[in-house]
Amino acid sequence: MNRVKRMPADQPAVRRSDILLSVIFAVLCSVYALPLVTILYNSFKDKEGIISRFFSLPNAENFVGFRNFQVGIEQIGIFKAAFYSLVITVLSVALILICTSMCAWYINRVESKFCRFFYYLCVFSMVVPFQMVMFTLSLVANKLGLTSPYTIPVVYLGFGAGLAVFMFSGFVKAIPVEVEEAATIDGCNPPQMFFQVVLPMMKPTYISVAILQTMWVWNDYLLPYLVLDKTKGFVTIPIAIQTAVKDSYGTVDTGVNMALLVLAILPVIAFYALCQKQIVKGVVAGAVKG
Amino acid sequence: MYRSLKKWFPLFLLPTALAFLVSFVVPFLYGIFFSFCEFQTLDRFTFVGLDNFKRVLFSGQYNFWQSLGFTALFTVLSVIIINVAAFLIAYALTRNVPGRNLYRTVFFMPNLIGGIVLGYVWRTVINYGVLIPLLGKDLTYSSTFGFIGLLFVLCWQQIGYMMIIYIAGLQSVPDSILEAAKIDGASGWQTMRRVTIPMVMPSITICLFLSITNSFKLYDQNLALTGGLPAVTDEQGITHRLTQMLALCISDTYGNSARAHGTAQAMAVVFFLLVAVISLTQLMLTRRKEVQQ
Repeated sequence: MNRVKRMPADQPAVRRSDILLSVIFAVLCSVYALPLVTILYNSFKDKEGIISRFFSLPNAENFVGFRNFQVGIEQIGIFKAAFYSLVITVLSVALILICTSMCAWYINRVESKFCRFFYYLCVFSMVVPFQMVMFTLSLVANKLGLTSPYTIPVVYLGFGAGLAVFMFSGFVKAIPVEVEEAATIDGCNPPQMFFQVVLPMMKPTYISVAILQTMWVWNDYLLPYLVLDKTKGFVTIPIAIQTAVKDSYGTVDTGVNMALLVLAILPVIAFYALCQKQIVKGVVAGAVKG
Repeated sequence: MYRSLKKWFPLFLLPTALAFLVSFVVPFLYGIFFSFCEFQTLDRFTFVGLDNFKRVLFSGQYNFWQSLGFTALFTVLSVIIINVAAFLIAYALTRNVPGRNLYRTVFFMPNLIGGIVLGYVWRTVINYGVLIPLLGKDLTYSSTFGFIGLLFVLCWQQIGYMMIIYIAGLQSVPDSILEAAKIDGASGWQTMRRVTIPMVMPSITICLFLSITNSFKLYDQNLALTGGLPAVTDEQGITHRLTQMLALCISDTYGNSARAHGTAQAMAVVFFLLVAVISLTQLMLTRRKEVQQ
């Protein structure tokens, strides 16, 4: 592709129409952010305050401080869910990064019939909707005991393999073979070659894959819901939210629900603030699929 | 050296291949086989031939056609809105607009939040902020409310994602081509139609693919926003959930009765075939319009 970087010096001066656009976007973005902002300040109100005056800020009558958060943490156990979500996400993404990058390098260098077949199988798996395999997957996972937060990463590795192998393969194909040949002459064996020569070159792809997989695993609801053993209290944030808020018109305090939503959104916003550039790059890199 | 690499497959290939086998290949094959069976566990099943498929397609008992119609209409509308809005915003935000990075950040933000949480955020805002104070009714009152609500949630979430991809596409159009068009006397609209859009066709292909499959496979947002409600019961005593999309219909069928597991699996197979046909057709149609750079 023919990429032309626009240097700041090339940019024309700001025109009047652009200022007007900026004003329009400022209004548009305020409206865009409104749902999240309302949830945030409503989490400090009591139930009546939320229902009767949803769009107004907390006042002396309905302000309850952090009580909603306290109840949410104590009754719903959102911290425990957050802990399991974190364990599952970190283990799964680490496993996916290590295993699929090695796999992608191997199948692109060995190029046997089986490797080619495996590659196309991975691409095929990206088209298959989760509903097609979810019932039987939960039965298989149950049988193999993959139902705890420490074993479910194996399931995520299998499911994440499609996109990850595809993205890593795209990069591996672009590495000049001469580099690896030179390393062989210097006496590298394959593991040394991979970890000391190939892996450092693939760093940008690692970041992109990590971002995409993190967004997926952290927010995934259906897979952990079907696979995790709930009798042992294994829940993730989406499962905890779904159980707490489901059919809760009137039963669970609405204020507590607002607090739970805020607690679920905050870590994500923090993550976004920290690695915004990488996230945008990851999304663009992931969009080569299809 | 690649001959010496081959014997290292237990280290490089085996972990991924085993996990892939366990969590994709085996469930997929079982899934196809079980769509012709009644099953409870992996070893308790009875073969029933095409009964499951007949029940899904012809009995009218499982809300399949109702949810397919809902899903199809929803997909068409959401794909149009998402892509038109995302392209326009991307086009505007590749101009020299003051504060554009902040605006891009805001538009993209909802994508990081999961479907379940987003669904509840919007359920709260629509119910307590709009419907209950204005009409005294909530989202489950009519299927139109649920439909429009779902459109809001998904468009709000996906516009930012597609915007990012369109921005990358627009930025890869070389300035020299745009300048050449200008020198040749092309108007703004002509440049857009004859130069910019053909040049960003790869981005359009991807965005259409992603938005079509995301809309068609929508589950989390559907579950959280309406859960398929409202429900009506017809003369034969069959309950129809009016805002149930296909993915939710499959789960509900499976969950409602242990005797319908095979039927739910058959519905999932039909769903898979639909997704495959739709996405492959779309890829073929738009790939043809792509130009070489």
